[in-house]
Amino acid sequence: MRGIEAASAVAEILSSYLPRRDNLIAVLQEIQDRHGYLSDDVLRALAGASGISENEIYGVATFYAQFRFQPPADHTIHVCQGTACHVRGAHRLLHDFEERLNIKAGEITADQKFGLERVACVGCCALAPVVLVNGTVRAGMKPKSVRGLLSQLGHAPNGTEA
Amino acid sequence: MRFLDAAYAAARARWQALETSPIPVFFVGAATCGRAAGAGETIERLRGELQARSLEAQIIETGCLGPCSLEPLMVVHKPGAPRICFGTVGPNEAVQILRRHVLGDDPCAEWALGRLDPDSLDGIGAFADHPMMRGQVRRVLKNCGLIDPENVDHYLARDGYRGFLRALEIGGDEVVDAVRRAGIRGRGGAGFPTWRKWATCRETPADQRYLICNADEGDPGAFMNRSLIEGDPHAVLEGMLIAAVALGATQGYIYCRAEYPLAIARLKVAIAHMRALELLGDNIQDSGFSFDIEIKKGAGAFVCGEETALIASIEGRRGMPQPRPPFPAVSGLWGKPTIIQNVETLANLPLILRHGPEWYAEMGTASSKGTRTFALAGKVKRTGLIEVPLGTTLRQIVEEIGGGGSDGKPIKAVQTGGPSGGCIAADKLDLPVDYESLAQAGSIMGSGGMVVLDEDTCAVDLAKYFISFTQNESCGKCPPCRVGTRAMLYLLERIAAGEGQPDDLQRLEDLAVTVARGSLCGLGQTAPNPVLTTLRYFRQEYHDHVEKQQCAAFVCRPLLRHQIDAERCPGCTACIKVCPAEAITGLRGTPHVINQEACSQCGSCLSVCPPIYAAVYRTSGELTRFEERKRKAGAVVADALRPATESEDPEQWN
Repeated sequence: MRGIEAASAVAEILSSYLPRRDNLIAVLQEIQDRHGYLSDDVLRALAGASGISENEIYGVATFYAQFRFQPPADHTIHVCQGTACHVRGAHRLLHDFEERLNIKAGEITADQKFGLERVACVGCCALAPVVLVNGTVRAGMKPKSVRGLLSQLGHAPNGTEA
Repeated sequence: MRFLDAAYAAARARWQALETSPIPVFFVGAATCGRAAGAGETIERLRGELQARSLEAQIIETGCLGPCSLEPLMVVHKPGAPRICFGTVGPNEAVQILRRHVLGDDPCAEWALGRLDPDSLDGIGAFADHPMMRGQVRRVLKNCGLIDPENVDHYLARDGYRGFLRALEIGGDEVVDAVRRAGIRGRGGAGFPTWRKWATCRETPADQRYLICNADEGDPGAFMNRSLIEGDPHAVLEGMLIAAVALGATQGYIYCRAEYPLAIARLKVAIAHMRALELLGDNIQDSGFSFDIEIKKGAGAFVCGEETALIASIEGRRGMPQPRPPFPAVSGLWGKPTIIQNVETLANLPLILRHGPEWYAEMGTASSKGTRTFALAGKVKRTGLIEVPLGTTLRQIVEEIGGGGSDGKPIKAVQTGGPSGGCIAADKLDLPVDYESLAQAGSIMGSGGMVVLDEDTCAVDLAKYFISFTQNESCGKCPPCRVGTRAMLYLLERIAAGEGQPDDLQRLEDLAVTVARGSLCGLGQTAPNPVLTTLRYFRQEYHDHVEKQQCAAFVCRPLLRHQIDAERCPGCTACIKVCPAEAITGLRGTPHVINQEACSQCGSCLSVCPPIYAAVYRTSGELTRFEERKRKAGAVVADALRPATESEDPEQWN
């Protein structure tokens, strides 16, 4: 998104908020909801429109785990690392996803198709271990269901199209 | 002050109509956990079946009734019959229940957990007698799973907002007094008497006071607040009104973590209903009391559960804590007196005002009054959201309500209080759950997460897990927490890798004390608890890691060796196919061999080796563990959507 485009996108979002500092996080969340991530152009435009320095905005945005500064992958898989998930084998699950996708948690595959993230706890502890696939909870995951899940999403093991 | 009279009359009529509905009503538990277990598919199929048969019936999505391991849950109202709660209702079961129970006269006893009404029914006991429900006293959760959380009529019909009306009637001073006599202490973790915090806030002169509901339930392993908001949002909102009356607060905020989208949605709907009933706004019904509520979404920072960090986050800044004093009750949000109250504390207030402090204080112990909700999870047979009187023993919770260890394995410890709490060893299970007893055992009550651990959980690995969590979530402001947790993690990683030094345990303990004493906020001050408690109760395990390179739980990967037993292995090649390191060799029909140099000890071979062979075994230090050979009872289904059930073998997990 170029400068002018970013400025109008930001202006549109800001129009539904009172110009108060305590709305900054909500505005950043809405930007990310709409555009998928916080791009340099958008944050620059936000600084210009809000009067909060770019420095300050980055300071806030980078503090919170929710904010991304790169475009998300087509499919994002969050592997829950909550206590109940941990004792029921979440570390194995994460490892399996990492090996099959050939990326580490926090990374995106080269073809932009899959992103792998850890999440501290999604509060579905009674159904542990769980993963979130594009925001939807999958309960009672097992290492052997990893491959099936990925191929459902169009992942082919050797990088060939499924 | 009877301004809700018309609303109550209408709500009661509608509720009554529902209870005596001439058409069948299906209440499906569709909170986050229910949906994860497949409630959405169940509803869809049921709706389709009703349509196909042109049957008139109502489907209501409710919150969580508690027994999460038995989800999806469905309560069925069949005209003229007692309501029955069914468990593990997938799409097929739903259709069967419709055909056999609703349209026929077979109550489907195989899925029935019990009936909710007193009228008897052959073969179906009372739901309250179900082993998971028997030891519980559901007061805060009384509506959860039974009402439509998006229908304020349901809440009103069950005495909703009567506590608030009472508070308006008696005024702030009396409300504080009632809360004092009830003896309620904060449910967020520290257990500070609620009324005393309020008194400080009231004594501070100010033109504006704020009330914040802390719904930033960040402890991994805790989901009580989520379930409560999803199942009965008005209970929390009514609690906010009552607290606001007591404090003279005019503006309230709910700080809810972004990971709980459904809870936020439910709150939004409920707040809109409050507005429609004129329960929010200026001079509410000419009482002179004005109050409004705004939702603030967290953005993924555990430290924001800490009061001063939470305030910074609401103000739109980095969520970093401030030194206290001044306490928020004196100088909080924008420098004004601010009270921050946990979701569950707030949901208790309507009960105190409705039934009186004496009724409330009947439950609990001398110093810990009332009931408490817990999120029971981990290696326990029946997981879920429970509520028990304070003072109930851990044993009653874990063994009677939870049904003991999953897969019949003995329980090793119970972890309470999340990353700020600790592990309590199995021989301490007779400990009553109250604030003081848990603290004495080295743990804390915390927000209510209760994770059960069995022999497959390694104490060192668990300590490492929690420290890696707090290290990651440390905001970095103060060095004891920022550097100290990192140093502790380094030591724990070294021990877990079998590279620990003989004096590492001492070093770890010294560091733990420094971090606890020197840290600025609760996150750092309590971060060492998981380490200190595991050292206290499972010290030998640490020694075994250091001295024998042995992990008795077979969890710490660098201390494991996977091997194949030549006599058991028929050479099916299943392990060869999955080995990511290509470390297994052998021809079909001949025993396979793992090349230890290439093996990453990932355990893939172990998880695919068919249970009838169970040829893969592990060694660690002096220990060897073979898996039990099992006859196959039906096909093993590798279905990502299906929740784990009790019968499945968790053996493969570690």
